[in-house]
Amino acid sequence: MAKGDAGMASAPGIHLAVALEGAGWHSAAWREPRARPGDLFTAGYWTDLVTEAERGLLDFVTIEDSLGVRSSHEPGAEFRADRVPGRLDAVLVASRVAPRTDHIGLVPTGIVTHTEPFHLSKAIATLDYVSRGRGGWRAQVARRPADAAHFGRRDPGVLASEDLLAEAGDYIEVVRRLWDSWEDDAEIRDVATGRFIDRDKLHYIDFAGEWFSVKGPSITPRPPQGQPLVTVLAHAAPAYRLAQRSADVVFVTPRDAGDARAIERELRPEGEGGPRVFADLVVFLGDTAAEAARRRDRLDERAGEDYSSDALVFTGTAGELADLVLEWAEAGLSGFRLRPAALPDDLETITRRLVPELQLRGVFRTDYAERSLRERLGLARPTNRYAEV
Amino acid sequence: MTTSRRLKQIHLAAHFPGVNNTTVWSDPQSGSHIEFESFVRLAKTAERAKFDFFFLAEGLRLREQAGRIYDLDVVGRPDTFSVLAALAAVTEHLGLTGTINSTFNEPYEVARQFASLDHLSGGRAGWNVVTSWDAFTGENFRRGGFLPEDQRYARAKAFLHTAQELFDSWRGGELVADKESGVFVADAAAGEFAHRDAHFDITGRFTVPRAPQGRPVILQAGDSEEGREFAAATADAIFSRHGTLEAGQEFYADVKGRLARYGRARDDLKVLPAATFVLADTDAEARERAADVRRLQVSGQTAIRFAEQLWNRDLSAYDPDGPLPEIDPLPGENTIAQGRASVRMYRDPVGTARQWRELAEARGLSLREVIIEVTGRQTFIGSPATVAERIDHLVQHDASDGFILVPHVTPGGLDEFADTVVPLLQERGVFRTEYSGPTLRDHLGLSTPRPGTLRAPAAS
Repeated sequence: MAKGDAGMASAPGIHLAVALEGAGWHSAAWREPRARPGDLFTAGYWTDLVTEAERGLLDFVTIEDSLGVRSSHEPGAEFRADRVPGRLDAVLVASRVAPRTDHIGLVPTGIVTHTEPFHLSKAIATLDYVSRGRGGWRAQVARRPADAAHFGRRDPGVLASEDLLAEAGDYIEVVRRLWDSWEDDAEIRDVATGRFIDRDKLHYIDFAGEWFSVKGPSITPRPPQGQPLVTVLAHAAPAYRLAQRSADVVFVTPRDAGDARAIERELRPEGEGGPRVFADLVVFLGDTAAEAARRRDRLDERAGEDYSSDALVFTGTAGELADLVLEWAEAGLSGFRLRPAALPDDLETITRRLVPELQLRGVFRTDYAERSLRERLGLARPTNRYAEV
Repeated sequence: MTTSRRLKQIHLAAHFPGVNNTTVWSDPQSGSHIEFESFVRLAKTAERAKFDFFFLAEGLRLREQAGRIYDLDVVGRPDTFSVLAALAAVTEHLGLTGTINSTFNEPYEVARQFASLDHLSGGRAGWNVVTSWDAFTGENFRRGGFLPEDQRYARAKAFLHTAQELFDSWRGGELVADKESGVFVADAAAGEFAHRDAHFDITGRFTVPRAPQGRPVILQAGDSEEGREFAAATADAIFSRHGTLEAGQEFYADVKGRLARYGRARDDLKVLPAATFVLADTDAEARERAADVRRLQVSGQTAIRFAEQLWNRDLSAYDPDGPLPEIDPLPGENTIAQGRASVRMYRDPVGTARQWRELAEARGLSLREVIIEVTGRQTFIGSPATVAERIDHLVQHDASDGFILVPHVTPGGLDEFADTVVPLLQERGVFRTEYSGPTLRDHLGLSTPRPGTLRAPAAS
């Protein structure tokens, strides 16, 4: 597998992530023959999925989350007896899975709109500790009034506005400053002077913004990666700005290769720097294109509606998906975040069919080489913004 | 063994060593306080010894003294939820408990996290509800230090009650997940809630189905009148500092006596004082070791800082091996130390300083030796046989239902206890040799709460 080894020290070619969501991204996925709907709220279910993704040498998994029921795409949708009615906290799921895996990155969603940046910062830092440098975070805003009503503290007016994204930018800034609020060598254990830490190497972050202020330092020392991976999903310009300013990886939703090229150029006008760009794709896979289409039809029939998504929906074979992946990668993308329509079926097709196909074509790793998630993505361990050089 | 009445079974917990001077970081055996391996090591020792639970404390702002971060003790902690969830992956039976603050959080989020932890651990979650309120800590939070001190218990009660309502919003059995009929949830009302009081006004649908324990085990640590009442009304276990026979019995009788008022039985609330220990082959050796440990816990620098907390002024010019300061403590609000609960214990600083001087004079003690004398001594000192006997005696004589053990070295500080004292307690027939069930409620002998049995918090 020499091809692609040139250039970056990290893995050749394409980066692949999988987005884990309940029984799969299709609302009827839980009714598939191999689905395990009764296990959705157990540790074993999530461990099995992430272990499978690790068997496929994937870069990382993301774990979806929300602070309310998302039983339908329509806002304010009411109770549906035929939908998965809830979920476990994604940061806890990731932490629970961490000791049972060795290599794969763990990137849970953490909602910013209603939560405390101080808590989230130490939770992701701790995920990075318990996974030994494999932690990340997908920052997400919560616009639904129903979610806000669970907290009772936000003016519903702000939820629809662009202020929410600006606030998310402030939130990520606070989280990142808190990760840096301890220098790496702050713990000194100097018996002669009786000092456990050199307090000159701990820093107040003194953040004061429009929505909140946070003093710092964190209660948690700087995590193994320095800055765990920060990711966002962005569909349009305002969120692109947020991604450029704040994220290490941005998930985008191109409709075709040309669109992918345009989005990549918009996000990385210089070609270098800026966030790594991953395309999101929902995937319905099968041994033949016809079988994949039959699976999708069967799921749609059970759901009583045609599946639609913010991302492009791919229906076909692993080989066809590999073709698409290569074509879009040519357009400049770093990687892909695949959303399996049904679990474990589409995940296993990714790990057992798509991955070998990409390996044959010389564009995907055949072993895990790097220790940390950042390293795998070719991202340096950042110097601490507070450290004096 | 022939006894007329059944021996009380002892409950034991392992407290991950904290960020105060009890923890001796200068010991060559002392390992990391933040790497996951240290948490795994202590949890596995505790589980091997059949302990009831692991406990992790929390403090949401680094402590300061004289306006600077306090640097003499261990500094730095992980996030409680993330560590407990990860420990669930490397243990099978051990209860996983931690402190979560009720002032700098919201009930919906915390209920969701604890219900998730309970699912992910198969019913082993426990929550120590604390009520710190200070504006100093509030500076780290978007909600700020908005709470007057006298409202902290009111908010804590409302917070806990609201969280309990959320746990109970799923009654159990709603998940059908029948692929054929397409019915996942049988009950359209599953998870619905609406709560309104002076502190919270929330409504919607809770998204975590009923957890294995129904509700996580609730721990409480308040020693004040309000704290005791709060525990009697709502907690499954109460921590205390009363480790001696007389003080322990008084506390035990007091809190157990409050339970009937809330329709609860005496066994529904466990009394678990925090305790430290120093072991050696003989009692004499253990006493020597204990004295050594105390000197490590109270370095000269630490002694000066402790004295400053009482004197409420800078004493850095004083020699820890010399006499106590002849000047009196500064009266008024204690401003020198922040982020520490202990400074509020000094209600009469001038009187306390006088007592310390009398002690120094009577026994010819230096400043450092006085601090060693007056700040927390080890609870259990002796050979394994002596310590086992003492623990059993305190429990059988209703000074406690067990102990939260705080080792002074991370992460191996519990090993000796697990290897030497626990087998003796088991021989006495007062400590389990196998876990009787999978959940923390099973270990503590607590029933699983039925939904719909919540009582409204008493007005305060």
